Amino acid sequence: MAILELEQVHKSFGTTHVLSDVSLSVEPGELVAIVGFSGAGKSTLMALLSGLSKPDQGRVLFKGKPVEGPSPERGVVFQNYSLLPWLSAFENVELAVREVFSKDSRNAQRERVARYLEMVGLTYAKERRPAELSGGMRQRVALARALAIEPEVLLMDEPLSALDALTRATLQDEIERIARVSGKTILLVTNDVDEAILLADRIVPLSAGPEATLGAPTPVEIARPRDRRAMNHDPHFRKIRASITDYLLETQRVRRARSAANRRVAAESALPVESPA
Amino acid sequence: MNSFTREKLEKRIGLLVLPLIGGAIVVALWAVASSTVATSLPSPSRTWEASRLYVMEPFEKRGELDQGILRFTWYSLTRVAKGYVIAILLGTPLGFLLGMSNFFRASFDPIVQILRPVSPLAWLPLGFVLFHKPEPAGTFTIAMCSMWPTVLNTALGVRSVPQDYLNVAKVLKLSKLKTLVKVMVPAAMPYMFTGFRLSLGIAWLVIVAAEMLTGAPGVGGFLWQEYNSLIYEHIILCILTIGIVGFVLDRMMGLVEKRLRTG
Ligand SMILES: Nc1ncnc2c1ncn2[C@@H]1O[C@H](COP(=O)(O)OP(=O)(O)OP(=O)(O)O)[C@@H](O)[C@H]1O
Ligand SMILES: [Mg+2]
Repeated sequence: MAILELEQVHKSFGTTHVLSDVSLSVEPGELVAIVGFSGAGKSTLMALLSGLSKPDQGRVLFKGKPVEGPSPERGVVFQNYSLLPWLSAFENVELAVREVFSKDSRNAQRERVARYLEMVGLTYAKERRPAELSGGMRQRVALARALAIEPEVLLMDEPLSALDALTRATLQDEIERIARVSGKTILLVTNDVDEAILLADRIVPLSAGPEATLGAPTPVEIARPRDRRAMNHDPHFRKIRASITDYLLETQRVRRARSAANRRVAAESALPVESPA
Repeated sequence: MNSFTREKLEKRIGLLVLPLIGGAIVVALWAVASSTVATSLPSPSRTWEASRLYVMEPFEKRGELDQGILRFTWYSLTRVAKGYVIAILLGTPLGFLLGMSNFFRASFDPIVQILRPVSPLAWLPLGFVLFHKPEPAGTFTIAMCSMWPTVLNTALGVRSVPQDYLNVAKVLKLSKLKTLVKVMVPAAMPYMFTGFRLSLGIAWLVIVAAEMLTGAPGVGGFLWQEYNSLIYEHIILCILTIGIVGFVLDRMMGLVEKRLRTG
């Protein structure tokens, strides 16, 4: 049975129809990557899945039941990190751990926080406040915070986008390892098709907005562990990359053509009928 | 020495010297005015002569209304502290309610806006009516006047808590109380402190009026008494004292506020 489902979901903000007729079904233990252009509605989609916002139409299901609101069962790595600026890196993670593992002893809780900070390579910076961390370090704290509460589903909204190539590669490997070892269900939003292919079992493209919708999922049938460099020459890899990129560019072209046509119609109807002097 | 550090040095000197020059100009104008157009105004030198005893022996107590200037200041400060603490204790929760609940805001914001501009001179008689004694009436007045910046800034701070932080609390399913204590209060703290600082300024502003009307010993009471005894030099001494104390209080709160913002 699917652990997370979207059934014909629509979402608008005022008059902007961001998502239109979005359906998705995620199996337990699956790592699904969602790729799409900036502003298409990826974060909006994540908010629906986490329960932070409600669909205008359609349903969001978690383990077959409608999502009523957010819960630590669905951990979120927010795109803008959302660290609390008055707490150190350690305290930010600790706040989450103390809430979710409230029955553990203080020592066990602290030990858990330390373990996850270690995992993202931030032990040396654990006393620093977010303002004293680089963008990439903040993302890692946010990642540690989401991982440390051991959610059943991890919703990650571009968790690696602010990182340099090296750190990014390290954390990609880390995410891959967590996915493999823990068997967690992971939804990963990214704007990097290569990253999606490297990590995902399945890639779902989100068409260009407004009224974005999910395209056909593409399974990634490349054996794990996947080797970044070798993959570049894999014909399957190239085929996936080409098909997803083409799909996205095509939806963008269609959208542009349509909005240009709309503008033309609007402009023509607004123009006064008058011959030039 | 390179030009950059020299520029810095000159700026430093400027920061010290320019205020002195400004002060000197004002004293000079005062001296000129007191000998020409405003002859009833005590001159700077006469003011100093008359005030010397009060300044040089600032903690001396010679009589109920004849005490060193810092002793009077101390009386006023303790009186201000009482009213101010009440203002903060009432104003902060009120601000949180206004900031958190739209229902509460719609119901009470108009009342806050109406009570806010009411002068201390209007609250004091009501204080007498309520408490029958000058001391609590003064405290009441200070609290009623100085509460509003705390209320309004706290409400603003609560309303400007970023949604992102609240989302973190929601995903963790923090209880209402924990969200308040662990997320909203720290996030709103800089705003709250701005309110505290402005409230303290008003509390200090009000003390003079309260003491003048109640005749309580303090800077304001002393000022009024000396006016009635025709010792006008002391009026100026009191004005300067009130100003300097207010400035120092504001600076102190400003330092704490700055640390909260950056730290
Ligand atoms: N709270 C909101 N109110 C109004 N419009 C919104 C709101 N949130 C998102 N939008 C609009 O919805 C669209 C999708 O936004 P969203 O943040 O989901 O994009 P995204 O795909 O995550 O982009 P990016 O890759 O840049 O993060 C945008 O046009 C945005 O302006
Ligand atoms: Mg986004």
